[in-house]
Amino acid sequence: MKKQVSLSKEYAKGLWDQNPVFKQVLGMCPTLAVTVSAMNGIAMALATTFVLVFSSFIISLIRKLIPSQVRIASYIVIIATFVTIVDLVMRAQFPDLSKALGPYIPLIVVNCVILGRQEAFAAKNNPLRSVLDALGMGTGFMLALASLGGIREIIGSRTLLGMQVLPDAFEPWLVMILPAGAFLTLGLMMGFLNSLVERRKRRDEAAVLAQHMRTPAAAMLEGQEG
Amino acid sequence: MSSVTVTEAPTGSELLLSTSPHLHSRWTTKQIMWFVVLALVPCVISAVVYFGFYQLVVVATAVVFAVGTEALIQSLMKKPVTVTDGSAVITGLLLGLIVPPNFSLVFTALGSVFSIAIGKMVFGGLGFNIFNPALVGRAFLQAAFPVAITTWTIPHFAVDAVSKATPLAALKFDHVATGLSPLFVGNVGGSLGETSAIAVLLGGIFLLVTGVANWRIPAAMITGVIVFGGGLWLLDPAAPDPVFHLFAGGFLFAAMFMATDMVTSPVTGTGMWIYGLGISLVLVLIRVYGGLPEGVMYSILFMNAFVPLINRYTQPRIFGEGQA
Repeated sequence: MKKQVSLSKEYAKGLWDQNPVFKQVLGMCPTLAVTVSAMNGIAMALATTFVLVFSSFIISLIRKLIPSQVRIASYIVIIATFVTIVDLVMRAQFPDLSKALGPYIPLIVVNCVILGRQEAFAAKNNPLRSVLDALGMGTGFMLALASLGGIREIIGSRTLLGMQVLPDAFEPWLVMILPAGAFLTLGLMMGFLNSLVERRKRRDEAAVLAQHMRTPAAAMLEGQEG
Repeated sequence: MSSVTVTEAPTGSELLLSTSPHLHSRWTTKQIMWFVVLALVPCVISAVVYFGFYQLVVVATAVVFAVGTEALIQSLMKKPVTVTDGSAVITGLLLGLIVPPNFSLVFTALGSVFSIAIGKMVFGGLGFNIFNPALVGRAFLQAAFPVAITTWTIPHFAVDAVSKATPLAALKFDHVATGLSPLFVGNVGGSLGETSAIAVLLGGIFLLVTGVANWRIPAAMITGVIVFGGGLWLLDPAAPDPVFHLFAGGFLFAAMFMATDMVTSPVTGTGMWIYGLGISLVLVLIRVYGGLPEGVMYSILFMNAFVPLINRYTQPRIFGEGQA
């Protein structure tokens, strides 16, 4: 806590290192439920990001006024305010999207990504950092939902963002737009990404180890020769 | 089944250490696998006899893609390529035999790739998979291409009355019962390998006699179907009778070749009875009350999930340990 990380890192950590979906495995409910198409995923992530950024900002501002016994309840009230705004705006401006996302917009209130960031970050940091953190997490959430929705949309209905990308000869895999497809795609993506990370980490460790091994040994050898 | 140990023959004087139980099987994994392949030959023949030569192409496609996928994944993961053990051949054969006649080759290949990649290799390969790989592939095909997988072709010499769909679907949706003798010889609609009870029994009995398949599992499944299916039939005569349950659909095929898969079935005798009875209970419930005409695939996959639990609770007490 003492050592402050740079502001840009505060934003960037949500993209990958602490990606809410792939690393923290939070917010699984909207992640799995609404990503039948890339558009749905993006809309869901935008709505969540809006709520996340504004509640992080407000909560960070009043973090010292909230008694810790009632902090969760206070967070929920603040989050619910912004969720209501999103819900009403979407119903008025994008009725189709609002219908497609259904109950998952009001359910942003209990999205654990949002509550988690308030408890873990906004309640302990200043408003600027909290907003950057929220933006980063929101972007990370968007990356995950858009890629998941994109893959499922391409294979499950031959389209991407509503435009046909695969030829008619390709029989769409119905399973991809069913719940099972969400679990399959998410699991495979997570496994694949983690294996990449794991491989890079192992290579780095090996390099560090090799360097450490070499230095004392080399020194010893030099000592003997000298 | 814990008696199947895969160990390389010791070369020279090296000391071979392995965990207990130190039981030896008469056969190696490889031999067992090729026995199963041999036992499936009658089913392949019956598929060709009833549905035409094209079915051989379907089965071959399934096998080629299953073996190819396993070899590809193992070499990509820099693991020893073990396709010669025959387990991928079996998965391919089984998948090829549980798709409907004249099934698209593209879908068959996809199902094979899915079976091996998701059903088996993701878990770590042979011996580590929780679910029967061929059934995982079939479940994927069912969910991905629901229309293609339920499009049945009439066998060559079928009578019109039973040619519309599978006997189970005919009974469920059209209330048309199918006689026992066409079910027994296999002159009905259905998946490639499952229609002929004779062919299935030929291969199945071979497996039971050689001990490759444990008799307890098919015995438990048949007992279960007679008890649960018969019980429901006594309560409500409109429900299919237990003999129909036994011979219709994929029950026999699954009892002989699917449920007896060593990797995904329990290791203890008591466990096998629980497992087999559980499959039958779920199967009868799906067939009688479910929305689907056939439930063998889901009932086995469902019970596969319980196998680790069954193994744990039916563990024999260590000899000499105090009374529980």
